[in-house]
Amino acid sequence: MKLSVIQSVLAGLLAATTLGASPAFAEKTKFEFWYGLSGDLSERVQDACKKFNESQADYEIVCTSQNGYDTTLQNTIAAYRAKKQPAITQIYDAGTLDLMLSGAFVPARKLMADNGYTIDWNNYFSGIANYYATSTGELNSFPFNSSTAMFYYNADAFQKAGIDFKPDTWEQVEEAARKLKAAGYECPLGFNFDPWPMLEQFSAIHNQPIATKANGYEGLDAELVFNKTKFVDHVKFFKKMADEKLFVVKTKQLGMDILPSFTSQTCQMIQTSIADHGTIGKTLPEGVKWDVAMLPVWKSTERQNSLVGGASLWVMAGRPEAEYKGAAAFLNYIATPEMAEWWSTVTGYIPVTKTGFDAMKAGGFYDKAPYKGRERAIESLAYTPTSQNTRGIRLGGFTQIRKEVSTSLEAIFMQNADVQAELDQAVERGNTVLRRFEKTYAGQKLN
Amino acid sequence: MDKRAVFKSWWLPILFALPQIALILLFFYWPAVAVMRWAFTLEPPFGGAAEFVGWANFQDVFADPFYWNSVGVSLIFAFCGTASTIVVGLVLALAVDRQLPGSGLFRFLYILPYAIAGPAAGMAFRFILSPERGLMASVNAVFPDFWNPAKYGSHALVLVIVIFAWKWAGYTFIFLLAGLQSVPRALTEAAAMDGAGPIRRAVDIQIPMLAPTLFFLLVIMMTEGFVGADTFGIVHHTTGGGPNHGTEVMVFRIVDEAFKGLNYSGASAQSIVLIGLIMVFTFIQFRFIEKRVHYK
Repeated sequence: MKLSVIQSVLAGLLAATTLGASPAFAEKTKFEFWYGLSGDLSERVQDACKKFNESQADYEIVCTSQNGYDTTLQNTIAAYRAKKQPAITQIYDAGTLDLMLSGAFVPARKLMADNGYTIDWNNYFSGIANYYATSTGELNSFPFNSSTAMFYYNADAFQKAGIDFKPDTWEQVEEAARKLKAAGYECPLGFNFDPWPMLEQFSAIHNQPIATKANGYEGLDAELVFNKTKFVDHVKFFKKMADEKLFVVKTKQLGMDILPSFTSQTCQMIQTSIADHGTIGKTLPEGVKWDVAMLPVWKSTERQNSLVGGASLWVMAGRPEAEYKGAAAFLNYIATPEMAEWWSTVTGYIPVTKTGFDAMKAGGFYDKAPYKGRERAIESLAYTPTSQNTRGIRLGGFTQIRKEVSTSLEAIFMQNADVQAELDQAVERGNTVLRRFEKTYAGQKLN
Repeated sequence: MDKRAVFKSWWLPILFALPQIALILLFFYWPAVAVMRWAFTLEPPFGGAAEFVGWANFQDVFADPFYWNSVGVSLIFAFCGTASTIVVGLVLALAVDRQLPGSGLFRFLYILPYAIAGPAAGMAFRFILSPERGLMASVNAVFPDFWNPAKYGSHALVLVIVIFAWKWAGYTFIFLLAGLQSVPRALTEAAAMDGAGPIRRAVDIQIPMLAPTLFFLLVIMMTEGFVGADTFGIVHHTTGGGPNHGTEVMVFRIVDEAFKGLNYSGASAQSIVLIGLIMVFTFIQFRFIEKRVHYK
């Protein structure tokens, strides 16, 4: 017994030494990649890293999950200050401006040009690329996992309630909600206080500004204005619906967030990311008919493109030259059409390049059952060319601003606070955040 | 009689203390100095030139009504949390100290919650006490909104205090039980023979004799309630500071501003105010309460 333990330890040691020796023999350049995805999606990133390591012999990428978008940003900052930053890091949409002004990165275009890769930058969907590009359209980071908000509904419940139309407009959503209620459904539409679909996506598709200066693209002195746009009416509409118990608040504090409320068929309609498409398909009991649509608009609104969500990959400054060669090789590798298709298949994320999308469409990817409907996310993102209001959101401290908005929504829907007063307050407090950000980066210009 | 061993050399004790001193310097004084520096500048997250702004960060902090809200919430949390942990711990300790059958088992059970991490407890209680799906769901079905921490700030505050007390009562319990066991048995036995019941004995003999332990727990629990890791962990995993700032304790606000808002300077200023507040509290406790706790 004891002997066998010693034997296995020795065997392990031997294996470890041989394993340790082989990379040294091959002289691979190692570099690090930090990302924020967790759970199932983290496994898929690990698969991508493994595929890259097996595809060539010169570089070895070490991928580490930081278990969350915000922690990835925090850890990247801490590591950069300690000069231990990874070569590549994944930063979410709301952290884009923080990175841009940090001066702590190598611009995407420069990296690829320096290392001899020719990338067709126009191949990226403009709705996606614009979110991460400078005001002149140069990409600083690589769009990686991209999503947008969509509208999910339970087609079975619709049928039972005798609803014979698709919820394309909010008027139709209201009508559907009334019919569902009449048919005995307790929660026709579930919603939470996430400003991403309610404020950001709503404002984009209705071509409403969130802030002045083209949502911040034209200067750090932008000011929030969403307390004076259609968004206010939209919140009032939600409030009215909530008072009539047609729209129901579902948060984890109440016991169930919107996603489980939909997959448990408690609620029949929700707005959430296309990235949840896979989860919803997997979680809903077999045989339940459901569908996904672009977010509804108000009647007689000219629909605009929606905003991209998700994250992009940034290459950090201050690493040895050899690592950049590896980083460029990796970024080039994951952008190949085959990898793009693989990534979109195993996750719910949408392809970020036109050729990737076309290849998948031609291959019949979107015709088959589990993936059907995901093409509507692309349709939503590319619905129109981007306008000043739909290019993206380039505001400092945006995570904090999101929080101010969701706190206001919480006060409105849970504590009956006045809609206009609460949104005014969110704008005022958000503007304080913007002014502080502007002062912190005094003298810096958006490029 | 007074034969004390005195070290002649001064460097030897310092040498022995060096590891500890190095740790304190590294993990306490150095960050504290960095926080001081950040509190008076506008620190860009990725580093670089930070502009000196004097007291502006503090002015911003004090001008924010929600900051004062968080001070109030923290005070309520620390006072109620401390009071309830000590009262619960005391009652349990008095009961176990009577050494009735099963005391050993209960002593073990009462300490258990202390072994559970605050965030884990918070997560569990979020489900157990969730208004629509938890234990109170049936009560809420009859009396709507009887218990709704997602709606009422006061309910949410009760929720986080209950979790805090649930966890930390085990800690006060073990200290108070140890204290009770050092109360001379002769005193309680004499009182019992004179006809004093368990409650009278507790009020007149045991609790006064416990005064030093109670004072120690008061200081520890107040500090824990203000700045303890559990305070943040519990709030973060149950209410997230809501509803509408209802449970936004000072530590939660600081972490949130620093790491979510990347406002290192504002958060540093708040930290300094918090450190000051703790110092004032501890001073008051030692200056005015400690004097009364010693018995001869």
